[in-house]
Amino acid sequence: MSLERFMNEAISPWMKAKGPDADIVLSSRIRLARNLRNYPFPLLAPPEMNQEANEHIKRSVKGKSYSDLGHFDMITIDELKPIEKRALVEKHMISPHLAEDSDYGSVLINEQESVSIMVNEEDHLRIQCLFPGFQLYEALTLATGVDDWLEQELDYAFDETRGYLTSCPTNVGTGMRASVMMHLPALVMTQQMNRIAPAINQLGLVVRGIYGEGSESLGNVFQISNQITLGKSEEDIVEDLRGVAMQLIQRERSARKSLLESSKVHMEDRVWRSYGTLANSRIMQSKEAATCLSDVRLGIDLDLIQGVSQDILNELMILTQPGFLQQYAGKTLDPEERDVLRATLIRERMKMEQGQDESH
Amino acid sequence: MECQECHMRPATLHFTKIINGQKTEIHICEHCAKEKGDFHPASNSFSIHNLLSGLLGFEDPIGESPSESPFQQSSSLRCPECGMTYHQFVNKGKFGCAHCYETFQTKLDPVFRRVHGGNTTHKGKIPKRIGGDIQARREMDELKKALQRHIENEEFEQAAKVRDHIRSLERKGE
Repeated sequence: MSLERFMNEAISPWMKAKGPDADIVLSSRIRLARNLRNYPFPLLAPPEMNQEANEHIKRSVKGKSYSDLGHFDMITIDELKPIEKRALVEKHMISPHLAEDSDYGSVLINEQESVSIMVNEEDHLRIQCLFPGFQLYEALTLATGVDDWLEQELDYAFDETRGYLTSCPTNVGTGMRASVMMHLPALVMTQQMNRIAPAINQLGLVVRGIYGEGSESLGNVFQISNQITLGKSEEDIVEDLRGVAMQLIQRERSARKSLLESSKVHMEDRVWRSYGTLANSRIMQSKEAATCLSDVRLGIDLDLIQGVSQDILNELMILTQPGFLQQYAGKTLDPEERDVLRATLIRERMKMEQGQDESH
Repeated sequence: MECQECHMRPATLHFTKIINGQKTEIHICEHCAKEKGDFHPASNSFSIHNLLSGLLGFEDPIGESPSESPFQQSSSLRCPECGMTYHQFVNKGKFGCAHCYETFQTKLDPVFRRVHGGNTTHKGKIPKRIGGDIQARREMDELKKALQRHIENEEFEQAAKVRDHIRSLERKGE
């Protein structure tokens, strides 16, 4: 398969649109956890109950569509090859838990891949809406709509005082997790992130790496989300997160500005070195790739590097994950082979940029 | 007591596992525990769930009569729907089904308060279809509160409007 075609399939259509504040906020996400009233929660239920719940949900939504979201693809997790599962995880369409540990798990995905509805994850339903850039309210509106649509067909487990009932006590109430994925290289370089992260935690929000709970930050990309789901309305939770993210955007911008003013040559050196590494390496580990991609992206945002598309960070961060590399290769690869293929793929992608640049 | 794995060193770690009501006791030395991995408290990555079950476990004896052992309490609390006991809930940090919330009702407030920054009551969305009457009731409560406020402030014109609104809603409900 040609790299271009592979990339077209690997990158979700929603990612190609440009969102507001895209120089810092890569994406915004809302996730709602919902359960069916008449079935035990999937995590501890016997497999036959999960099968029934899955069938019930399937029957209820089959052939229906919501608003202009178009057709939903229903994918049965057990029918996927391990490599395909990993690729969906790396695209953030499904969770690692759904991929590996669920029984009778499935996922509904729209054509844009902006909405995914996981079935039989920790909860019966996990509705997720993804938007490019800083668009939390847009994501909330869409998620609420999808939720209302599903609720017409399904009996939710809901309690007047506790709200939406979830498997884990940390999700009860709204069942909502709102998050933004932010690229914050200047705050890391100026050592501010170490101080900011604990402060954010005190506000009932959590800072994590790019692949969620327990993952470390790769390429200066951080996920910031709400911790509290009970006792606040969805709008208030989103507003609190938005407020903190706004401050981070401002601080990151001013840190970038002062770095550029105080040490422009150093910055240029750094971003071009990383550019050189990406364009020329023959073996590349994922951590190094993430670091270099972050530098190059910063170089683009600061206009130190011209003619390279901004999307390169988002795209290559996903494409160079082990699952995608193996899908591209069409077989399982050992870590060394992956590092070689990763380097090749990045070089090719950089060449495509240069080609495009000349044709302009 | 000697370690039941190596039968050489003295057992220093004692575990009680309860899986689906089946109780197993494990007595093991530090060395074997490390080797087996899953018994060593520090060997597991410290996830939110461990943290949570820690909190839940801590809740258990507090406020109860000291003569009652935690085990006795848990056996009296079992979800009639999914069969989960309070003890299992504490260990796993997860509910088994929607009815667990009712079953363990009396014990949940302190847990929620810690996890959710002091909150115990839902203030967010209400599902449109199944929650229709809840929404109406909330609105009615709000209106009645507003009516009271207007009367206290001697804003009788507004009070009359709110009263009429309440009456029309009540008529619709009948």
